Amino acid sequence: MAAKHSINRAFLERTTAGFVDAMEHAFYAEQTARADGLLQRLDPRVKLLGILALVVPAAASRSFGVIAGLFAIALALAALSRVSFGVLLKRVWIAVLLFTGVIALPAPFVTPGRVVYHLPVLGWSVTAQGLASAGYLVLRVETAATLCVLLVLTTPWNHVLKTLRVFRVPAVLVTILGMTYRYLFLVLQTAHDMFESRRSRMIGELTGRERRRVAVSSAGVLMSKTFDLSNEVYLAMQSRGYRGEVAVLDEFQIGNFDWAMLAAFALVSIAAFWLGR
Amino acid sequence: MSTTNPNGAGQVPVFELSDVTYRYREVTALSHLALKVNACRRVALLGANGSGKSTLLRILNGLCFPDEGTVRFCGRPLTEESIQNDGFGLDFRRRVGLVFQNPDVQLFSPTVFDEVAFGPLQLRWPSDQVRRKITETLEMLEITHLKDRSPHHLSTGEKKRVALASVLILDPEILLLDEPTAALDPKSASHMIDFLVRARGGDKTIVTTTHDLDITEDIADECFVFHEGRIAAAGPPSEILSDAPLLKSTGLMHSHLHVHRSGEVHAHSHLHRHEH
Repeated sequence: MAAKHSINRAFLERTTAGFVDAMEHAFYAEQTARADGLLQRLDPRVKLLGILALVVPAAASRSFGVIAGLFAIALALAALSRVSFGVLLKRVWIAVLLFTGVIALPAPFVTPGRVVYHLPVLGWSVTAQGLASAGYLVLRVETAATLCVLLVLTTPWNHVLKTLRVFRVPAVLVTILGMTYRYLFLVLQTAHDMFESRRSRMIGELTGRERRRVAVSSAGVLMSKTFDLSNEVYLAMQSRGYRGEVAVLDEFQIGNFDWAMLAAFALVSIAAFWLGR
Repeated sequence: MSTTNPNGAGQVPVFELSDVTYRYREVTALSHLALKVNACRRVALLGANGSGKSTLLRILNGLCFPDEGTVRFCGRPLTEESIQNDGFGLDFRRRVGLVFQNPDVQLFSPTVFDEVAFGPLQLRWPSDQVRRKITETLEMLEITHLKDRSPHHLSTGEKKRVALASVLILDPEILLLDEPTAALDPKSASHMIDFLVRARGGDKTIVTTTHDLDITEDIADECFVFHEGRIAAAGPPSEILSDAPLLKSTGLMHSHLHVHRSGEVHAHSHLHRHEH
């Protein structure tokens, strides 16, 4: 009985903890995006092109040293942009290592080449070429993922949306994306409050059937609230002149610093391609 | 029933409603309503929750249209067709602004800056003018520091001010405010009340819904009391607020328990008052 009770509690606690976690992640990302760092100072278009210019050679290079060099540049960019290595470790490096590690794991055993080690008991051979392949894969993905996460963490969401506009994504799609992100938090907050309120009134345990009923009714209430909210938002838009076409203010300006950084990204990219060919 | 605006004699009313009925399916929100709002007046729509005040504001803002009766804006019919007309529709949206009760529905943009820019951009203002007006409006409401913030990180009071800024940037002649002080802490509420008090004698027509009788005399020159979708009374605030039976019958005043300094607890009705 106690175990059942703890399962119920755990379900609600896990759900509410998930909501809080999602909001905290987003909050951290926005805080980092507004910090006074190197990447934050860059025009988002330059930043996007620059990061792409580093990701492509990281993915294409055949030189371990070049990929390691690009990884070192990613670390330097993180430090100069006030992105904590601890956050990168938790969110990127460990996750990537686990994910690509599973894919890369067979490589040392199945790749033909010079044997450097024999596994005790199993007697499988580990080859130097296999280790190198696995190392390449992991480092390549770590570098590309670190650079991409840096782009996300140092760019406020509204700049991402405006950058999409620059790349000719239709205004209506960009507006829908922006509103989705905006109201996601409101809906998350509502869901969180609903679960907290239910948890505060729970004195007994629920059966599996009751739990399913709670989940379904909560989803229904949330959907109904979301529908009402969307109607209200539409009215609020109409009230301020929205007539089916969205007008937005694109206000990016590329300065000398942006041009200099773009040139630096291009130089590093060309050098990485040349050295890693 | 019309406004008792002594200055409005001979003017074309800003809004003129006659025999307006509005229903939400089976529920009648407004029933055979008739009223006039004259220019440059501050009007309070008083009533308990569900009395039809907010529905009326939406009708005045051309967001919903009556099932029966007519609404006229500056002498012209305000209908679904007329608001679709580019010339009339854009002019109406520029001249009439509505601040919603729930600021979350009004703050749908990624940042405060984008939010305040939304209205002018929809009305096709030039970019330079939009930027200049954003700066002025944010400064006027003392929220420049919130410019780059995301709406979901703001307090309710801040959200309300941003919602007000998003409407005031258009400099509307007619401002419709739905429960502007609802759910605000005293400091945030006082900011909003100060704004409404400063509007006294100005060139804006302000229609405010509220059930907060404490602020009525400060924010309105005339009142309409709503009850079950009808106008129960109309007149200057002093007259309405002194009519205790009216306020009780319309759910605006009630008896509730009080603890006095002597420790005695008993129920009685009264209007709350603030100190100067």
